[in-house]
Amino acid sequence: MSAAPMVDLRGVHKSFGGIEVLRGVDLTVRTGEVTVVLGPSGSGKSTLLRTINHLEKVDRGLVRVDGELIGYRRSGRKLHELPERQILRRRSRIGFVFQNFNLFPHLTVLDNVAEAPISAQGRDRVTVLAEARELLDRVGLADKVDEYPRRLSGGQQQRVAIARALALRPKLLLFDEPTSALDPELVGEVLDVMRDLARSGTTMVVVTHEIGFAREAADTVVFLDEGRVVEQGPPAQVLDDPREPRTRAFLGAVLR
Amino acid sequence: MSELATAHAPPVREEGPDDGADLTIVRARHPWRWVATAAVAVLVAMALHALVTNAAWDWATVGQYLFAPSIIRAVLLTLQLTVLGIVVGFVLGTVLAIMRLSPNPLLRSVSWTYIWIFRSVPLILQLLFWYNLALLYKSISFGVPFGPALFEIGTMDLVGPVTAAVLGLALHQAAYAAEVVRSGFLGIDQGRLEAAAALGIPRWRRFRRIQLPQAMRTIVPTAANELIGLVKGTSVVYIMALSELFYQVQVIYTRTGRVIPMLLVAAVWYLVLTTVLSIGQFYVERHYAKGALRVLPPTPLQRLRATFTRFRREVAA
Repeated sequence: MSAAPMVDLRGVHKSFGGIEVLRGVDLTVRTGEVTVVLGPSGSGKSTLLRTINHLEKVDRGLVRVDGELIGYRRSGRKLHELPERQILRRRSRIGFVFQNFNLFPHLTVLDNVAEAPISAQGRDRVTVLAEARELLDRVGLADKVDEYPRRLSGGQQQRVAIARALALRPKLLLFDEPTSALDPELVGEVLDVMRDLARSGTTMVVVTHEIGFAREAADTVVFLDEGRVVEQGPPAQVLDDPREPRTRAFLGAVLR
Repeated sequence: MSELATAHAPPVREEGPDDGADLTIVRARHPWRWVATAAVAVLVAMALHALVTNAAWDWATVGQYLFAPSIIRAVLLTLQLTVLGIVVGFVLGTVLAIMRLSPNPLLRSVSWTYIWIFRSVPLILQLLFWYNLALLYKSISFGVPFGPALFEIGTMDLVGPVTAAVLGLALHQAAYAAEVVRSGFLGIDQGRLEAAAALGIPRWRRFRRIQLPQAMRTIVPTAANELIGLVKGTSVVYIMALSELFYQVQVIYTRTGRVIPMLLVAAVWYLVLTTVLSIGQFYVERHYAKGALRVLPPTPLQRLRATFTRFRREVAA
């Protein structure tokens, strides 16, 4: 309870064409902590993550990252939608890692990593390129800088995607099922990188089905079902001694 | 009974070790492929023979006129019409495509209407409209919309025959180009655009650096088709008495009566222009294939070199 929260969601609602995906979610992520979001498919995990960097607009409720409202400016009782440029500026300090990597296929690995720091943050090209190489070295891909993404394995592509997110020097990293599109034997290499990040004190919100990762790396585990937070707490409590029957049923199905 | 039993019996072991090291592969024979090859070869020989021996083709006259100054000038005009038509057409077409993909309903419907009209009316009719623009509007004035005019210019002076031809070709081409460009943008994976947005890359940069290069992969082959179509399409302009290639050969053969050789001259030049464009297309496609293919296709030069080295190695062996 020491530092101010990095992420603060209050009463977030979101519907897609009449289907209410998020039904009043409150969530707090403290700086330097790792939060793992678990839940059955269709429970709103991905949508929740996407509202944090405004890839989805919320219908109701407030999203704050590092004290700043996301997507809106508040004056009195009114919320003014921010112009795109300012949304982009706030967003560029939040790294997002997608399930399907979404690397740019026509750019080399190095250019994938260096693009946003140069064009979105306006940083010096030479410094950025040097930093990009360091990051790729950190995720174990120093020898792949000049390759095109399609020539890499899924695990390697996802590690490039993580390096790309890190290149923004983000305050916060969001992971949307980062290992779900990978062959089983490639999951480990991506989780290793993520564990490393967790140890180094990066603030992370991770949507995943990897219970093992949650147990080891998470400070908080959040269980989401039908658009609501059902249960949250330290992994030992939520995973090993869940209070709610729905959590118990889900874990029973996943761990079997 | 016993025959059935043998059919299902395990295969008899061949003599010798089974590691396959000393076995040679005998390629399957294709006798019918040889028959077909021979037949086609004979047909090709006959066609070439007919081309060379029939005096009516009059190859001497073809050679005489192929590089005649008037023909060269006509080729250059054809080229000029093509280049202006395709450049203006695709610039306008890209704007139309972006308008059609815009969330603004007015922009969308204006673009839709433009494409609807300019694709529906035959090119030859459009060309005549532009040519006769002066009958519609005597003069064109520039100034404040619905307000005072700053200066005025006679339509005949502003829109000469060449301008009318370029306008006609380009505006017609723009309607098709818009759809070509739009199809390129529709083909891009949404996830990558989302990734670009999530990285905070500014909109214009996102368009130029992320969207356009990926869209180009789909756009280039169709655009090249359009370009080649336009090279030949410029021949329609002959109705405006512009001395492009097709009009020029007609002028010559009505004077000399040598219809076939003059048509051949035009055909050869259209062939040359199209060939040059096709070669260009290969390299442009190769450029945008970066990252989309695991291995880039070899250029003809690389292929030639590879064949040569293989040949030398076989001779040496």
